[in-house]
Amino acid sequence: MLLPLVLALHAAVAVLLPPLVRLLGARAFLVAALPPAVSAVWVLVQSPSIVSGAPAVSSVAWVPALGITFDFRVDALSLAMVLLVSGVGAAIFCYSAGYFHAGERGLGRLAAVLVLFSGAMLGVVTTDNLFALYVFWELTSVTSFLLVGHDDRKEHARRAATQALVTTAGFGLLMLIGFVLLGAIGGTYRISELVADPPVDSPWLPLALVLVLAGAFAKSAQAPLHFWLPGAMVAPTPVSAYLHAAAMVKGGVYLVARLAPGFADVDPWRALVLGFGVATMIVGGWRALRQDDLKLLLAYGTVSQLGFLIVLGGAGTHVAAIALIGVLLGHGFFKSTLFLTVGVIDHQTGTRSISGLSGIGRRMPVLAVAATLAAASMAGLPPLLGFVGKEAGLEAFVPGHAGDLPPAVALAVLAGLVVGSVLTFAYSARFVWGAFADKATVSERRFKRPSPAFTAAPVALGALSLALGLLPFAVDPVAQSYAAPFPAEKPYHLALWHGFTPALGLTVLVVAAGAAMFLRRRSVARLQNAMPRWPDAEVGYHLFVHAVYGTALSVTRRTQSGSLPVYLGIILATLLALPGVRLAAALVSGETPLPGGADFRFWDSPLEAVVAVIVVVTAVGTVREHRRFAALILISALGFGIAGLFVLHGAPDLALTLVLVETLTTIILVFVLRRLPATFSVRPNGWAKRMTVLLCSAAGTFIAVSLWLMTAARTEEPISTGFTDLAEETGGRNLVNIILADFRALDTFGEIVVLATAAVAVASLVLLNRRDRVVDEPTEEDAEEEAEAEAEGAAAAAPGAGPAPAGGAPADGAAPTDTRGGERP
Amino acid sequence: MNAPGFLLVVTVAVLYSSGFYLLLQRSLMRVVFGILILGHAANLSLMLTDTAITLPPLLTGQDGQISDPLPQAMALTAIVITFGVTTFLLALAYRVWLGDDNDEVPADLEDRRIGRLTEPEDSS
Repeated sequence: MLLPLVLALHAAVAVLLPPLVRLLGARAFLVAALPPAVSAVWVLVQSPSIVSGAPAVSSVAWVPALGITFDFRVDALSLAMVLLVSGVGAAIFCYSAGYFHAGERGLGRLAAVLVLFSGAMLGVVTTDNLFALYVFWELTSVTSFLLVGHDDRKEHARRAATQALVTTAGFGLLMLIGFVLLGAIGGTYRISELVADPPVDSPWLPLALVLVLAGAFAKSAQAPLHFWLPGAMVAPTPVSAYLHAAAMVKGGVYLVARLAPGFADVDPWRALVLGFGVATMIVGGWRALRQDDLKLLLAYGTVSQLGFLIVLGGAGTHVAAIALIGVLLGHGFFKSTLFLTVGVIDHQTGTRSISGLSGIGRRMPVLAVAATLAAASMAGLPPLLGFVGKEAGLEAFVPGHAGDLPPAVALAVLAGLVVGSVLTFAYSARFVWGAFADKATVSERRFKRPSPAFTAAPVALGALSLALGLLPFAVDPVAQSYAAPFPAEKPYHLALWHGFTPALGLTVLVVAAGAAMFLRRRSVARLQNAMPRWPDAEVGYHLFVHAVYGTALSVTRRTQSGSLPVYLGIILATLLALPGVRLAAALVSGETPLPGGADFRFWDSPLEAVVAVIVVVTAVGTVREHRRFAALILISALGFGIAGLFVLHGAPDLALTLVLVETLTTIILVFVLRRLPATFSVRPNGWAKRMTVLLCSAAGTFIAVSLWLMTAARTEEPISTGFTDLAEETGGRNLVNIILADFRALDTFGEIVVLATAAVAVASLVLLNRRDRVVDEPTEEDAEEEAEAEAEGAAAAAPGAGPAPAGGAPADGAAPTDTRGGERP
Repeated sequence: MNAPGFLLVVTVAVLYSSGFYLLLQRSLMRVVFGILILGHAANLSLMLTDTAITLPPLLTGQDGQISDPLPQAMALTAIVITFGVTTFLLALAYRVWLGDDNDEVPADLEDRRIGRLTEPEDSS
């Protein structure tokens, strides 16, 4: 099957696009239209067999050894989505060729990301695996982030992009948890198998569904998470038309509709889907009514329609499923037409504000007709596809026709849908009036007429709304095929005329009320302004983001003191807190006894005591000594003491080497110390110092005791037992030497390399000792910053002292500058 | 198997403690001393694995249990590497002193600056 190849084609074209855009300018978008066009044609060719109930299936082995495959499955629902994603996508790419100017900044990136998005969205709607779905899903989130933030020099574009990403991807993580739960309780990650055989007995299923729905609702901008969608309108109009009307925001609807046949009857599903859907439809419609920016009007309209779609997709009844396909396709066509129309108006006149447009209808008649058709489809007027879908949608909730829905629920949902539809009619009318009407109060702008090629895409998509409305039997087989799993009381078909049904009566009511609302728009506006502003989840988003930054800052402030001793101290404290506490607990409970009885030896020879005392005394002395040379002498003595211990333990080679090394170290230390001040800086004796002593003693004791226990717990013979025989072959007599020079010769070679590297590094550090070169390195700015930091530190130490005067920078900051000045004649 | 002698364990504990303490000081030279002592402590820890005092691991033909040569070989390597590291650190400390006129490790300025922030910087 071709589908994986089509997906690969998207990726390949995306890679080729940036150079093509440099070469051809915006015309390269015609090349970008190729992959979605191929995909749309492919799915149309397949459609007869798909709607007859034989999904197009393919799978590509990914990790065959683990049985992980990429499964693709195109059934009727996927078919409708592919038509939107790829069909509308191809039209929008063609439109983009006229919309963008060759000089547009980052156009190559935009084109490439848009094609990538198209491929990812195609993956979302065709994959049959939950994890693959998640990956494609988040790919659309990421590409959407890049597309919304296309104009990265504008701060509000970056903010909107971040907001869209955090909202959709954040809830996407919840969805992933839901997927994992679903797969774990269902025993498979194949969506088709899960839907066919849902694990309804599992107590985890409701939780899994709530999590999945959370992700789907965020993606499809359901209230109260809808705020990101109007924000995302800062994207270029073709991007908004594609991602935020036709394709991406339908992802959530798709997922809900995909799972509904299996899970609609599980308990919280219907309550959530119907509740949030109806609320979103009304909130979106209400907000759309008050927008002055045509694009924002459409954005809120999209929110409203997405609520409608979620209701239809999630209801899980036969008629609702049929209506879903009708509204899904209808919305995809009319909303993209309207967005592209706004794009044309904005492109030609430079504004998309209702209060700045007048007389557009007379100057762009063809576009006006196409957009009016699309708006009429949105409003649900015959003979358009939107009407066909909305009729079916209302019919689905007429009590008595609503399948297993309780009549009260059906009635409530129906009332909500009617209110939403009235609002939809009103804002559709407002859109047409705002975009095209002659307004007495607005002066006309001068603008160039758009070229026919530029308006071709919205006109074609608008015509499609009309054609499919007149020929609903072209869409009906798809809807029937999708709705087949739901039990049907009596057959229902998408059609313009069903007779005098309750739904038709409601449509008349909707039209009348909507028209009244539009005609009395001034009163409606007054009412809207009088209403208090509803609490908005956007406030919650900002609070959340602020809290995250605040927490990050305070955590950083507490953990990142910038002081090396503190960091090391934390490491030691962790060592004590985790394994240390465990060891102490094991010792106290007697789980791990200390070596005692026959195992306990105080020393191996009395001579050891003498050497050990020397070692301990010199070590403690080194710690306490503040004069450099005294400390140097003590640490050398310590080294020789260790060598003594080696001698006592039958390790003459070690002792020899250590004596040699200690001598060399001492000589080098003397050379270095000769140049340094005579004493170390002394820290005051305070509780901090006592704490440090305590911490270090505890850590040292912990390590020693663990070593004691571990060596006592040894059960195996040393592996060097067999070395004696092997040593015979080498002809040597000293086993340590044989190990170093024969058995582990490569290690020894590495050791030599380390020494050589250290020697080179030391030489370069020490020989490059011209003082003026060093002093030049820190710039003036650094010195100032350091001085400032010290001043701040002093101010912080003495609260209320106020900031140190700028002129009184500490002398250390200024000293190097003076020295340099003196040494450079 | 025998446990190592208690005296040796105490010595190792003192060495680790002293090494850690010096490592936590601000003076680079004391940090170098700390690493030196920790090196000694680690080498002595290797010696703990070989319990009883015995003859050196030399094949002289005479009878008697010889000590385990493997930890010795490891310790030998460690001694030499410690020497290399110490010399390098000393050179570094010397270099710091050349630049700053003292061998103290200063607090990280960038960290201090983050600590002074009260409002988040622009996220985007």
